[in-house]
Amino acid sequence: MSLVWHQLRYDQKVFWRNPAAVFFTVAFPVVLLLIFATVFGDQEIDVAGGIEITTYYVPAIITLATISATMQTLAMSLVIAREDGRLKRGRGTPMPPWVFIAGRIGNSVVVAVLMLALVAVLGKLLYGVAIPWERAPELLLVLAVGAASFSCLGIALTAAIPSQDAAAPIVNVILLPLYFLSGVFIPEDELPQGVIDFAGHFPIRHFFQAFFDAYVSGAGAAVSWGDLGVVGLWGLGGLLLAARFFRWTPRTG
Amino acid sequence: MAVPVISVSGLRKAYDGVEAVRGIELEVMPGEVFAFLGPNGAGKTTTVEILEGYRKRSAGEVSVLGEDPERAGRAWRERIGVVLQGGKLEPYLTVAESLSLYAGYYSAPRPVEEVIEAVGLGGKAGERAGRLSGGQQRRLDVGMALVGDPDLLFLDEPTTGFDPSARRQAWEAIAALRDIGKTVFLTTHYMDEAQRLADRVAVIAAGEVVARGTPEDLGERESRPAKITYREHGREVELETTDPVATLNELTGRALADGVELEGLEVRRPSLEDVYLELTRSP
Repeated sequence: MSLVWHQLRYDQKVFWRNPAAVFFTVAFPVVLLLIFATVFGDQEIDVAGGIEITTYYVPAIITLATISATMQTLAMSLVIAREDGRLKRGRGTPMPPWVFIAGRIGNSVVVAVLMLALVAVLGKLLYGVAIPWERAPELLLVLAVGAASFSCLGIALTAAIPSQDAAAPIVNVILLPLYFLSGVFIPEDELPQGVIDFAGHFPIRHFFQAFFDAYVSGAGAAVSWGDLGVVGLWGLGGLLLAARFFRWTPRTG
Repeated sequence: MAVPVISVSGLRKAYDGVEAVRGIELEVMPGEVFAFLGPNGAGKTTTVEILEGYRKRSAGEVSVLGEDPERAGRAWRERIGVVLQGGKLEPYLTVAESLSLYAGYYSAPRPVEEVIEAVGLGGKAGERAGRLSGGQQRRLDVGMALVGDPDLLFLDEPTTGFDPSARRQAWEAIAALRDIGKTVFLTTHYMDEAQRLADRVAVIAAGEVVARGTPEDLGERESRPAKITYREHGREVELETTDPVATLNELTGRALADGVELEGLEVRRPSLEDVYLELTRSP
């Protein structure tokens, strides 16, 4: 709908003018990739029959960037808009409420796709990590399911965040440990099986698996339907929780 | 005979068994600035949010622009503008962008340049909202409510927390709204604001309207006693009288005859503030 497009244009302007949002969503994943590649150098790891460590980290960082652009960005920006009274104000206009949410999800998807392109290109240019052109449709499918699901989870999470100050701590305390446990920061061949099994209770591990399988040839089937299904179910749960608990009015004041 | 823009009767709202609004009745006519004046906690915001369609009422009839706000749809929302209490704007959009964003929500908006001038932000079109002063941000807020060209504007406590110069700017913007034919429903706990801006006032305390009228005749100020105070031989004397001229005549006549000095002689008519404080004093 053209209304969503109208809203999305302004949400994009706001995103790119916010230095903190741009740093954490765009610059930070790139910086992480550079750090990991430099620290670990030319090691090989025992995953998917033996690959370079940089080949492992490119999909890992893209996974992180996607979650950052969707769940993290949505949770934080919606809480700020809610507490500032802007969501409530928007409901006083003729716009149907879902348009405000759709605009922000659209914004997140644009940034996620951008990060996919950016990290994939950097991975190829700097570290020779092959871009899987022949699996582009499957890759985009996994990305789409992940972006949609983590968007729903981000919107649902706002119900658990009471104030603007609490937003960053709550989001980070949830995501950062899971990145470690899911093999996004630490290569999975270094993690005890018990840790990986535990991480399997949460969607990040499954999204990473599915994305990794689509990105790295020989890792498995192009689309890991089981993993994708788990991500989708989490997203559905997020959607139901959001529908029930999302609030448009500020909690404070 | 003009049809009221807002018509409320028997309005009640209870939260968890506590009645915040206890039977309110009022009417707002087209083209007037109507002030809903009362201390914090009196039920002003609850009432205005019911009128704006944000809250459901517990009882009573409400008609705003001919519709029930609880059931009104998009067409109704096109005709109202809302400025929330303490609302904060998106800091990263410029003045012009904030207005364009909102203009896109309405089917027949006013040109953005015209609204910028109307709220006195000419020359600031390219300035980011986060860099405006408090008074300028509130003007932009009013502009965003205005850009859809509504018939009726709701302003909830528009100058709370403002310094005097920002308040003056906001008052100018609000007075200008009446000049262009808008109807304004304003809530405030500032006496002088109601006095300055409103054509008519309703005073609310503890969920009920305790007085209504124009700022001049509110509480029948004219018929309330004036106070005459002075010091005689170091003693403070205070007299109440409904005929201050006659009383003063007596007083000063006697003082002159006796050669007595009446120090600090003052005659005070009850101000709207005195009336307001009296009406809203907790029982």
